Amino acid sequence: MTERAAYIQMEGICKTFGVVQANDHINFSVEKGEIHALLGENGSGKSTLMNMLSGIYMPDSGSIIIGGKPCHFHSPKDAILSGIGMVHQHFKLVDILTAKENITAGMPGSFFIKNKGMTADIDKIAAKYGLQVQADRKIYNMSVGEKQTVEILKVLYRGADLLILDEPTAVLTPQETAALFNILRNMRREGCAIIIITHKLNEVLEISDRVTVLRKGQCIGTVNTAETNAKALTEMMVGRPISLEIQRPFVESGSEIKPMLDVQNLTIENQEKIKVINNVSFQVRSGEILGVAGIAGSGQKELCEGIVGLQKVSGKVIFKGEDLAGCTPGTIINKGISMSFIPEDRLGMGLVGGLDIVDNVLLKSYRRTKGLFVDRKQGEIMAQGIVKRFDISTPGIHHQVSKLSGGNIQKVLLGREVSLDPSVIITAYPTRGLDIGASYHIYDVLNEEKKKGVGILYIGEDLDVLMELCDRIMVIHQGEIMDILPAAEATKEQLGLLMLGHREEGAYHA
Amino acid sequence: MLKIIKRPPLAEKKMFILRLLAVVFAIAASMVIIALLGHNPIKVMIEMVRGSIGSKYRISETINKMVPLLTLSLGVCVAYKMKFWNIGAEGQFYMGAYGAGVVAFNFGSLPSYLLLPAMFLGGILAGGLWALIPALLKAKWQTSETLVTLMLNYVAIRWITYLQYGPWRDPKAAGLPRMMHFPDAAALPEIGGMHIGWIIALVLVAFIYILIRYSKLGYEITVMGENPRTAEYAGMNTFRILLIAIMISGGICGIAGIIQATGLEHSISPVLSSGLGFTAIITAWLSKLQPVSLVSVSFLFAMMLQGGSYLQSVMKVPSDVAGVIQGVILFFVLGSEFFTQYKIVWDKRRDEESRRVDA
Repeated sequence: MTERAAYIQMEGICKTFGVVQANDHINFSVEKGEIHALLGENGSGKSTLMNMLSGIYMPDSGSIIIGGKPCHFHSPKDAILSGIGMVHQHFKLVDILTAKENITAGMPGSFFIKNKGMTADIDKIAAKYGLQVQADRKIYNMSVGEKQTVEILKVLYRGADLLILDEPTAVLTPQETAALFNILRNMRREGCAIIIITHKLNEVLEISDRVTVLRKGQCIGTVNTAETNAKALTEMMVGRPISLEIQRPFVESGSEIKPMLDVQNLTIENQEKIKVINNVSFQVRSGEILGVAGIAGSGQKELCEGIVGLQKVSGKVIFKGEDLAGCTPGTIINKGISMSFIPEDRLGMGLVGGLDIVDNVLLKSYRRTKGLFVDRKQGEIMAQGIVKRFDISTPGIHHQVSKLSGGNIQKVLLGREVSLDPSVIITAYPTRGLDIGASYHIYDVLNEEKKKGVGILYIGEDLDVLMELCDRIMVIHQGEIMDILPAAEATKEQLGLLMLGHREEGAYHA
Repeated sequence: MLKIIKRPPLAEKKMFILRLLAVVFAIAASMVIIALLGHNPIKVMIEMVRGSIGSKYRISETINKMVPLLTLSLGVCVAYKMKFWNIGAEGQFYMGAYGAGVVAFNFGSLPSYLLLPAMFLGGILAGGLWALIPALLKAKWQTSETLVTLMLNYVAIRWITYLQYGPWRDPKAAGLPRMMHFPDAAALPEIGGMHIGWIIALVLVAFIYILIRYSKLGYEITVMGENPRTAEYAGMNTFRILLIAIMISGGICGIAGIIQATGLEHSISPVLSSGLGFTAIITAWLSKLQPVSLVSVSFLFAMMLQGGSYLQSVMKVPSDVAGVIQGVILFFVLGSEFFTQYKIVWDKRRDEESRRVDA
C-alpha cells in the first residue's frame, strides 16, 4: 500500500451554506485500487464533500486535483468526464424503463439507438466486475439490491474509475451487503478507486483500506483500517469516548406473561387491493421490546398505521380486552396507545414543522381540556418539562420545530409520546438520521419505558441494534411474519435469510 | 458571473425593510408605466392620494370600498390557513347577498332589529353552504377546490342575473331589468354618515384573530394546513374540521355581500362585488394571512380603488391604472420573498477562472 500516488486530491476545501460551515478546510485523497471509507455522523459534511467531488456543488475555496491536474467542475457532467461517478442513496432510476435503458440514457450518440453494441458493452463491464444484471428487466420489477447494481453499472458505463457510494448498505439485507462488497473488491482489484460514505463502523472495518473521519465539517484524520478499531473510530467521530453497548434490561413479568397488545389475523389492503399485511398475528407483552425486521417496504409502515387506526384493517387488535380494529385514531389515542411513528422524513407525520414546540407537544392532548380554547399554559408547562427531561437544545419552547436539529426534533416527538403515559409505544425508525449520542439517548428512553411495564413495538432497520436492544425480533417479508425469534439467540445470517423470505422447514407458522 | 446562494434567516426588522423596499420599487415601476401611457406620473400619484383621503367624503368612500375587501380577505384567510385554495370568494359574496335577499323579500314587514339579523343569518348560511360544495367534493373525491370554487363563481353571478331578469325583477323600473329594492327596514344603520359595515368588519378581524390564535378549531385548522397527515395521526376529525372551516370562510365572504347589499345598494346586482372577491386573494397573501395586517393592506388597496376612480373623473386617466399598480405591487412583494431566502453574489472565482481560460 506504500508506493501509490494519490489519484484524487482535495485540498483545503471549504463550503458554507448560509451560516453553516459544512466543510472547513478539508484535505482528502484517494488512491487507485483503494477502498476509502468516509466516516462521520449526520451533518458532519460527508455528503457535501462528495457532492463537490461529483460536481453537484462548487467549493467556496480549495482545490480538487485529479492525476496531478487541478480540476474545476461546474456540473456533474464535468465530473463524469473526469471519471468520477456517484451512486446516491436514493436511486435515480426511471422505474418504467429497463436496466439497459437506464444505463444508456442521456449518453451522447446518434439519433437511432444502437442496441446491440450497447448490450455488448454492458455485458463486458458486468463480466469484468462480477455484476449480475438482467439488462432487459424493468426497474420496477427489481429488488433494492438489483437496482443498486444498475446504478453502479450506469456509473461504470459512463467510464468512471472513481466510484462514490453514499450509504450504500442502508437499505440492503446482510446477504445483499455481502454481494455488494464482493463487487467492490473486484473493482479494487481492477484498479478502480472507491469512496464509501457510511456511519456503520463494522462495514468500515470489513471493507475499507483507509478511513477518513469528518466531524462538524472538519477533517479529524485519515488512518489505515488495519491499524484502528471500532472504539478509536467512534472516538474520532464523536469527539469523546462513548460506550457502544446497548442496554437490554430484563423486566420481571411475573408468573404469567401478560400481552399488552394482542394482534390477531390482521390484514391490510392498499388502494390497489393488494394485501400489504397478510393475516398477521403477534403479541406485544408488557415490559418487552418487540423488534420488527424486514427489508424496506415489507409492510412496516402499514402495520403501524393499521394498529393506530390510520388504515382500514380486518382482523383484531385487542388492547385491554377491547378490540380496537376499526376505531378512529382519536379514539385509540384516548385509550392510551401512543404511536410515535416516524416516516422517512421526520416531520412527515408525528410533528408539525412550522409550529413551535408548545403547539407540537399539545398535538395529542389539547382535546383533554374543556372549552373552546387551547390551553397553551398547560402546553408550556409540558414543553418545559420535556425540554428539561430530554435535554433538548433549543433557544426556547416557542422555537419552531423544523429549525431544531434532527436529534432534538426526535426528542420532542418521543418526549411528547412518553409524557402521555402510554401503555403501548409503537415506534418506527426512531434513530434514523440521528448521531450516535442522540441514538443512545433514545434507546435509554425506550428502556426506561420498558421498565415501567410499557409494551414497545420497535420497527428498526439496523440489525445490530435490533439484536442488542430488543427482547424478541419479528421478521416480516411481503406483509407476512416469517418468524419471531428471541433476540439473544438470533444470528444476523438467520435474520437476513428470513428477511429475504427464506423460511426454514418447521419454523413459525401464523 | 452572478450566483444565487442561500442566506441566513433575516431578522424581523430587515424583513420589514425588504417588504417596504418592494413597495417602493413597485410604485416606481408603476410610475414608469404611467409615464409610458403619456401621463405625468407624479401628478397621477398625488391625485390618487388626494382622491382617496383628500376630504372627509373621500375617506368615507375609501372606507366603504375597504369594508367588503377586508371582509372577503378575512374569509379567504381562514381557508388559506388550511391550504384550501378558495378562490370562490366572489361567488360566496353573491350567495351571501342572495341569502339576505330571500329573507328581505319574504319577511319585509319585520322591524329592522329583527329583519337585519335574520338577513345576516340567511346570508351567512347561503355563503357557507355555497362554499361547502367544493369542500365536500374535495373531501369525498379529492377534486381540485381551485377549479370548483372558481367555476361556482360564475354560477353564482349568473344566478343573480337570472333573479334580476326573472323573479326579483322590479316591476316599477319601467322595463329596465333592475332588481327590486330591499324594504327600508333592511338598510344597515348609519353612524356619522357611514353605514356600520366597518364596525362589522373590525369585529370580524378580532373574531378571526382569536379563532386562529387561541381556539381549538384554529389550532386544528393550522395543523391541517401545515400537515394533514399529522392532523389525522393526532386523532383530529379532519373531515369535520374541513367542513366547519370552509363554512366559516364562505360565511364571512357572504357577510361581505350582505354589507354591500344592505349598506350601499339596498338591492342586488351582478356587479355588486366589482370583482373584490378576486382582489381579496391578493390582499390575503400580501398580509401573510394575518388578520391585523389585513386592515392596513385592505385600506391601501381601497385607496388605490377610490383614487383610481377619482383619476378617471378628474384627470381622464382610466381607472384601470389602479389595477395595473395593484398587479405591479403584488409582483414586487411576492418577488421580494425570494430575497428573504437567497441573495445574489458576484462569483469572483469563476471570473478569474474564465480569465485564465481566455489568457
